[in-house]
Amino acid sequence: MDIFLQQVVNGLTLGSVYAIVALGYTMVYGIIQLINFAHGEVVMIGAMVAFSVITVLAGTAMPPLLVVLTGVACAVPVCMLVGYGMERLAYRPLRRAPRLAPLITAIGVSIILQHLALLVWSRNVMAFPQIIRAETYTVGGAAITNVQVAIVLLCVAIMGGLAFLVYRTRLGTAMRATAQNPQVAGLMGVDVNRVIAATFVIGAGLAAVAGVMVGTYYGIAQYTMGSILGLKAFAAAVLGGIGNIPGAMLGGVLLGVVEALGAGYIGDVTDMCRYSWLAGLVEERCRADGHFILFGSNYQDVFAFVVLILVLVLRPSGLLGERVGDRA
Amino acid sequence: MLLEVRGLEVHYGGIRAVKGVDLEVHAGELVCLIGANGAGKTSALRAICGLHARGGSVRYAGEPLEGRPVFELPRRGLVMVPEGRGVFPQLTVEENLAMGAFARTDADVGADIALRYQAFPRLRERRHQTAGTLSGGEQQMLAIARALMSRPKLLLLDEPSMGLAPLMVAKIFDIVREVAAQGVTILLVEQNARLALELADRGYVMESGAITLSGEAKALLADRKVREAYLGEGAG
Repeated sequence: MDIFLQQVVNGLTLGSVYAIVALGYTMVYGIIQLINFAHGEVVMIGAMVAFSVITVLAGTAMPPLLVVLTGVACAVPVCMLVGYGMERLAYRPLRRAPRLAPLITAIGVSIILQHLALLVWSRNVMAFPQIIRAETYTVGGAAITNVQVAIVLLCVAIMGGLAFLVYRTRLGTAMRATAQNPQVAGLMGVDVNRVIAATFVIGAGLAAVAGVMVGTYYGIAQYTMGSILGLKAFAAAVLGGIGNIPGAMLGGVLLGVVEALGAGYIGDVTDMCRYSWLAGLVEERCRADGHFILFGSNYQDVFAFVVLILVLVLRPSGLLGERVGDRA
Repeated sequence: MLLEVRGLEVHYGGIRAVKGVDLEVHAGELVCLIGANGAGKTSALRAICGLHARGGSVRYAGEPLEGRPVFELPRRGLVMVPEGRGVFPQLTVEENLAMGAFARTDADVGADIALRYQAFPRLRERRHQTAGTLSGGEQQMLAIARALMSRPKLLLLDEPSMGLAPLMVAKIFDIVREVAAQGVTILLVEQNARLALELADRGYVMESGAITLSGEAKALLADRKVREAYLGEGAG
């Protein structure tokens, strides 16, 4: 099997989910310049709600696809409510406060949501019911499952739908106008508070879908799953240029591919037995099984943050980020 | 009376920027508010719209504006073109115009955009460009055209000549004259006192937060104090 192609496929799958989550970060940042660190928890809540619904329905005679869709249909409104609630209760009262205040509040909201989930769903790692039979196709040396195909297609459809909403509808134009100059948007008749709330609700809906996809893909769900996923999606949003919607899509997919390729090759690259100039040092360890791997694929999570650091050092505005300050 | 302002006060921390301003605008009038930089003209205008907390009372079309959110104003026919133009830099010219009609629910928006293009051919040429790429004068045209998209009864213009070359200033004032001729009531805030007074029916002169003179624009143009302080004519 071609490991390169395989990892690209895996990376695209994961990356398109990152993109969906990153959109939530970037839209909220674009409109109120807040990094909503609680966004990852909304993904987790989406996964958990879907987990509960799917577990209950899995025993019935319902067709598997319908069960999963019902799970999504329940997770989305719950997450939207959570998204609306956090904006209304936690962030709106701080709209005029210095930027640090809502940022710290976001961390607080994140902790609260995580522990609410702990109360509801316990601390156990839960097996996401695998009711959709995975079928594997081999394409050009890479194995692709029907779940992967479905995830990628769904993400592409969601991104297309969102792009249409933002760039072609009245609400979308109002969102962009509010992001660029909220005061003038208000003078034009835009209820800025409603537009900001709508942005949170849309982002939370996307997060819910992403949560179900992650749960289905990895087959597990836990109340802590949102933190690392949220941070990676944040890294993806920064990579693409925070506040930039196409940037979040690009950043998410790129980050997924980088991460998968990194995980696929890091073991080989850090196998000390490959390097003859090190032979004297590691001879003993290599004699046993021929490998002395410094970093295995369990270092997968490192790549997102290496990328984040590189972007912040080399190109803080991100790949598609605009120069800051061209507000007329 | 379309706009009636009584005892308007604006504070920034402990500083009183506007100190009890009375001002009225009747339907069909073009009224200007002139004064030096820092006199409080812009603060007064922004407070009228509710962009700043204010003291005193503001009545528009007979109803008090107290406690009403800013986004209701265009629905009631009151639109402000803010200082610095306030176009949405990353929206296209056409999207900016469409945003001007945001408060409208009727189906004639497209036809109205076509009307604006007729009046401002320059904007038609640049309709798919983002507004941030326009020159200052073009942005001012766009800001006025966008405000007209809401079909206002009362248009508040804040320093439309600011930062523009003299030729463009004349052009913008021509546009303001045309808009007034179409029956839109205008309250114009300007530093360029001569142009504003030549255009307006009535004028108010503002000095360190208070109205010091008011009256017919022609009379103000002839006033000795105005000529010395604002029209650059030395005494004698």
